[in-house]
Amino acid sequence: MAEREVELVVEGHPPGLQHHFSDLEQQREASTMGMWVFLITEVMFFGGMFLAYLVYRSMYYQAWVVGSEAMDFWFGTANTAILICSSLTMALAVRASQLGHRRALVILLIVTMVFGIAFMTVKGVEYHGHWLKHEFPGPSFHFEGPYEQQVEMFFSLYWAMTGFHTLHVLIGIIIIGFVAYYGWRGEYTPAHHNTVENVGLYWHFVDTVWIYLYPLLYLISHSHPYK
Amino acid sequence: MAEHISSKKTYIIIWITLLCFTVITAAVSRIDLGQFSGAVALIIATIKAMLVVLFFMHVKYISEKMTLVVIIAGFFWLMILLVLSMTDYASRAWT
Amino acid sequence: MSTSAVPSPEREHYLNKDYGIRSWLLTTDHKRIALLYLMLITFFFFVGGFFALLIRLELLTPAGDLVLADTYNKLFTMHGQVMIFFFLIPAVPAVLGNFLVPMMIGAKDLAFPKINLASWYLLLIAGCLMLYVILTGGVDTGWTFYVPLSTAFLNTHVVTAAIAIFIAGFSSIFTGLNFIVTIHRMRAPGMTWGRLPLFIWSNYATSIIQVLGTPVLAISLALVGLERTLHIGIFNPQLGGDPLLFQHLFWFYSHPAVYIMILPGMGVVSDVIACFSRKRVFGYEFVALASIAIAVLGFLVWAHHMFVAGISLYAAMIFSFLSYLVAVPSAIKVFNWTATMYKGSISYDTPMLYALGFIGLFTMGGLTGLFLAALGVDVHVTDTYFIVAHFHYIMVGGMVMAYMCGLHFWWPKISGRMYPEGWGRLAALIIFVGFNLTFFPQFVMGYAGMPRRYWQYAPEFQVLNVLSTAGATILAVGYLLPMVYFLWSLRYGKIAGDNPWNAAGLEWMTTSPPPTFNFEETPVVTWDAYNYDYLDRDKKDVKEAPVG
Repeated sequence: MAEREVELVVEGHPPGLQHHFSDLEQQREASTMGMWVFLITEVMFFGGMFLAYLVYRSMYYQAWVVGSEAMDFWFGTANTAILICSSLTMALAVRASQLGHRRALVILLIVTMVFGIAFMTVKGVEYHGHWLKHEFPGPSFHFEGPYEQQVEMFFSLYWAMTGFHTLHVLIGIIIIGFVAYYGWRGEYTPAHHNTVENVGLYWHFVDTVWIYLYPLLYLISHSHPYK
Repeated sequence: MAEHISSKKTYIIIWITLLCFTVITAAVSRIDLGQFSGAVALIIATIKAMLVVLFFMHVKYISEKMTLVVIIAGFFWLMILLVLSMTDYASRAWT
Repeated sequence: MSTSAVPSPEREHYLNKDYGIRSWLLTTDHKRIALLYLMLITFFFFVGGFFALLIRLELLTPAGDLVLADTYNKLFTMHGQVMIFFFLIPAVPAVLGNFLVPMMIGAKDLAFPKINLASWYLLLIAGCLMLYVILTGGVDTGWTFYVPLSTAFLNTHVVTAAIAIFIAGFSSIFTGLNFIVTIHRMRAPGMTWGRLPLFIWSNYATSIIQVLGTPVLAISLALVGLERTLHIGIFNPQLGGDPLLFQHLFWFYSHPAVYIMILPGMGVVSDVIACFSRKRVFGYEFVALASIAIAVLGFLVWAHHMFVAGISLYAAMIFSFLSYLVAVPSAIKVFNWTATMYKGSISYDTPMLYALGFIGLFTMGGLTGLFLAALGVDVHVTDTYFIVAHFHYIMVGGMVMAYMCGLHFWWPKISGRMYPEGWGRLAALIIFVGFNLTFFPQFVMGYAGMPRRYWQYAPEFQVLNVLSTAGATILAVGYLLPMVYFLWSLRYGKIAGDNPWNAAGLEWMTTSPPPTFNFEETPVVTWDAYNYDYLDRDKKDVKEAPVG
C-alpha cells in the first residue's frame, strides 16, 4: 500500500494538495478515514445515553410506555421524514460535487440546510409544548399520570438525547453553510471535493442517530400494558 | 481516481424505501407484539440505518477495507458498552 | 558556549527555521507542537506534584492538622485530575508521539497538522479552566466524580472541572485520530506494518483506546453537568436513577484510560531495551499484537473498580475473570523484554536505567493488580492504600519512568544536545530510591487497613506514612534534577550528532535536530525494525544472529 510514488508535474503540485501528502489520492483517503474515525467517536458519545436508556427501560418499562405516549407522534414522525429527505438532498449534493456541477451542489446544500432548519423548528415547537406542560425535569416538573418520578427520568433522557442530537443538527447546518459558500466560490472539483463528502458523512450520521431515537422515544408500544 | 458515482435513481429509490420503512415502523408500533415490539422496532431502525450507511454514505462502493473495519469496530465497541453493562443489571435480581 | 565546535553556517532545522512567538503558536510542525505540549505538561506535572507534596505533608501525622478535611478532599481530587488528564494521558503520545510518529514512519508530518495544533489549544484551554478551578476553591469530588456526591451534595466547581476535563478529552481524541490515520496512510515506501518500531504499535493501540473510550467519559461528565445545572436527572435516585450507571459509564473510559497512560510507555521501553541490548526485540510480533490485545481486552474489565459498589455478584465474577485475562499480554511484553536483554550487549546509560526500573516496578504494579482482580482480596483492600500503591507503581514507577526514559533517549534528537550522563544516572537512581520509599510502605499500610482519601488515620500507621513522605521528598529532588540539567544542556550540552546511540529507526537517520520536513528525501525502507546486527556489523565482538 505504501508503495506510492507518484511523479508530480514539474511546476508544482495539484491545487488543494497539502504539502505533507504525496498525492491527492493519499490526502483523500486520509481525510475520509479521519472522518469515519471521528464518526465512531460520536457513536460512543451517543452510546452512553443509549446505555442509560436501555438500563432504565429495562427497569421501568411501564413508565417508558407512559412517557412515550406523552410524546407528540406527529412531530416525531414529521422530523424523521424531514431528516430522511435532507439525507437525500445531501447525497445528491455530494454527487453534484463528484460531477463538478457547481450550481446543483450549492442549491442542494442549501435545500439540505432548509430541511435541517425545518427539523429544528419542529423540535423547537415540540420542546416549547413540553415546557408549557411542565415536562422539563427539575423542580417544576409535573406529570398527571402514573409513575411520575420515572416518567421524569424518561423525560430526562428525552431532553438529553434529543438535545444533543439537535445540537449536532445545528452544528451540521452551520458547517453545510460554510461548505455551500466555498462551493459557490468554485473551490470543489471532481478531483478535489473531499470536504463535501465528509460533511455528507457527518450529516448522514446525524440522520442515523435520529433513525434510532424515533422508535425508541416515540413508538414504544401503546397496545400492551406489560412487557 | 476510481470513485463510484451513484445514479440519481439509486438515491431516490433508497429515499422512498426509507420513508416506507418509517411508515411501517410507525404502523407496527400500534400492534401488540408483546415482548417483541422493541426488537422489531430496532430491527426496522437498523435496516434503515444500513440503507443510509451503505448507499448514502457509499460504504457499499468503497474500495478501502479499513473503512469497514472502522465501522464494524465502532459498532462492536458500542455493543461492548451495552452488553457488558447489562450483565450487571440483568443479573442483579438473581442475587 | 558548547563544548564542541559548532559547524557554520548553521544548518536550518525545525527550531531555527522561524523565530518569534507567532511561529510557535501558529505552527503546524508536529515537532514544534510536541515541544508546546512538553511545556504544558511539565507545568502541570509540577502543579500535580505540588498537591502530592501537600497530601504527604498532611499525612506525616495521624491527626488532621495541616488542612481541613474538605481541603484534603480537594487536594487528592486535584492531584488526581491534574496528573491524569493534564500529565499522564498526554505525556508520551502528545510529546514523544507527536515528535516521533511521523519520523519513525518516514512521513513529513501527521495526517492532520492543523488538528494537531487544535489539540494543543484544547488542552491549553482545558488547563486554564482547571487552573481557574484550582485558584477559586477547587473541587472535592475525588477525581472519579461519583454521583450523587457530585450532582447533588457539593458546592464546589464541579461543572467547571467537568468542562475542563471534557475539553481535555477532545484534545486526546483528536491526537488519537491523527495517529491512527497517519499510521495507516502515511508510511514511507517499504515501511510495512511488520517493520514498524514497537513505539508505533504502542501508540497505535493507545490511539484506538483514546478514540473509542474518551467519548464515553465525555458523555458521563456532560450528564453530570446537565444534572447539576438543568436537573436532567439521569443519575438521580429520586427519579429511579442508578448511581452505579454513572460508575459504569465513567469506568468504561477510565479503565482503558490507564492503558492509554501505560501503553506508550511500553513502546518507549521496547525501543530503548533494543538499543541498549543491541538486539532486536525478542518476539516482535508478539509484543506488537500484545499492544493491540491490551487495547481490546482493556475495554472489557472496567467493573473491577466497582466490585464493592453494588453490582451483581455474577457480573463481578465475569469482570474478575476478564481482569485476569488482561494481565496476559502485559506479561508477554515483560517476558519478551527480558528475553531481548538475554545475551544482549547491555549498557547502562540513563535511558536503560529507567527502562530497567520500569520493568521491575511495572511488574510489581501489574502483579498487585492480579491480587485486586481476585474478588475476595479486593473486598478487603479496595479503597485502601493498597490500591493507591498499586496504581502508583504502574503510573509513577511505570509510566513516569518510561516518560523519563523516552525523554532522555530522544533528547539528543529533539534538541541536538546531549544531557549530562552522570547527572542523568544520578537522577534515575534518586528517583528509583525515592519512588520505592514513597510507595512500598503504602502497600503495607493499605493491606493493614488504612483507608484512602482519609485525612486522618489511626496512629499505628504513622511510621509507614513518615517513610512514605520521606520518599516523596527524595522523589521530588529526583524530578527536579532533570528539569535543571535538560535546560542546562540546551546551551552547554555536548552536540549530539545524528545518532549518538547508534540506534535503529528512521528518526536516527536524519539530523539532530531534524529539518522541518524531517527528511531530505522520503526514505525507502528495505529492512526490519531493530536492525542492530547491521548497525553493529563492524564491531569485532558481534555475536551470532539475534534470536527473534
